[in-house]
Amino acid sequence: MAKKASSPNLSRRDFSKIVMAFLGSIMGAFVGLPIIGYIISPALKTQKIDDWVSLGALDGYPIGTPKLFSFTRTKVNGWERTTNSFGVFVLRKSASDLVVLSNVCTHLSCRVKWIEENQAYVCPCHDAEFGIEGKVLYGPPPRPMDEYEFKIEDGNILIHLTEG
Amino acid sequence: MAEKIYNWLDERLGLEAIYGTVLDRKVPKVNWWFTLGSASLFLAGMQAVTGIFLTMYYVPSPDKAYDSIQYIMNDVAFGWLIRGIHHWGASLMVVIVFLHMLRTFFYGAYKYPREITWLTGTFLLLFTLGMGFTGYLLPWNQRSFWATMVGTEIAGTVPLMGDFILKVLRGGTDLSAVTLARFFSAHIWILPAGIVSMISVHMYLIIRLGISNIPSEEE
Ligand code: HEM
Ligand code: FES
Repeated sequence: MAKKASSPNLSRRDFSKIVMAFLGSIMGAFVGLPIIGYIISPALKTQKIDDWVSLGALDGYPIGTPKLFSFTRTKVNGWERTTNSFGVFVLRKSASDLVVLSNVCTHLSCRVKWIEENQAYVCPCHDAEFGIEGKVLYGPPPRPMDEYEFKIEDGNILIHLTEG
Repeated sequence: MAEKIYNWLDERLGLEAIYGTVLDRKVPKVNWWFTLGSASLFLAGMQAVTGIFLTMYYVPSPDKAYDSIQYIMNDVAFGWLIRGIHHWGASLMVVIVFLHMLRTFFYGAYKYPREITWLTGTFLLLFTLGMGFTGYLLPWNQRSFWATMVGTEIAGTVPLMGDFILKVLRGGTDLSAVTLARFFSAHIWILPAGIVSMISVHMYLIIRLGISNIPSEEE
């Protein structure tokens, strides 16, 4: 920029410029910085699920055949509530020894069904079959069925639901 | 280095010339009332910025509008601040624009050759009020619902065409989801488009004609 006639003192014009720039930056920061937080804040929210869900009395489950138990969980995303349904197969191997399996296929998340005559969980999507304890018998799934951690309290089965 | 970049850009963009015409204008000896136009411009900019960010979370549908605003106020970081600025800035802008109009009126600044500055200004006042009216419905709470009910009913008292105007405003006989959607559209697209075009002409004329003098006794 062109040099003005130099004076040892700050000119009125330069003074105004500095004041303007200073106040402008403060105002810019006052709105600009909160806006950054405003944009990214939903990303910083943890939507962890860490619950023990009751599946009812242990005695309600037969020994030797898997029984499906379904329940729903509601999740809040912003201004929307989404209800997700869950299905778990409870297999009582003996009086107190259990396996609790998610009915979500480990291939592409279709819901599997227990088919008594095959003695397998069958996935309707790509014909996968899982053994009674969740092992892959046939088809594309990359891993056995997902198992839930469980505990038994006062004769009730509780499973540990975690996500996120 | 910075100076080199600046000179390179200036040679191609004519930054000095823009600075000279837009900011380095000759201004008569004026007073604080002459800052009200710039204050209006600043507030318009502030409303634009905060409004743009509000649309990131706001949903203009009857079953979600209220909840989405609750979410902004309680869950989004600084949501209360962004909405607060937009909320209070709206009222302040109406006041400041009105005072700015009074100042140009009482100083006779609307006279030749500034008639079109005044004319575009009248549209700016109407559009600003329109922004207030349409924005008030968006939170979809009891107050905004009934205020719009009354407001559209007032428009409905116009002789002959009243009923038609009311239906156009509401998008039907009832104040409904259609009303909310069209108020939202007017609030974020139609009226801002009008305001931006009017401000452009307004500012062009101020740069072209300069600011008027304070009228003196002899005139
Ligand atoms: C969004 C609303 C508006 C904005 C952003 C705006 C902006 C401005 C600005 C920055 C100026 C420069 C001089 C000054 O600040 O006094 C100005 C001048 C002027 N404005 Fe506005 N204005 C608005 C609304 C209005 C309204 C509602 C009217 C009248 C109906 C109006 C009439 C005028 C006139 C006649 C001048 C020329 C003043 C002169 O040359 O002395 N403006 N406006
Ligand atoms: S999703 Fe189950 S086999 Fe593909």
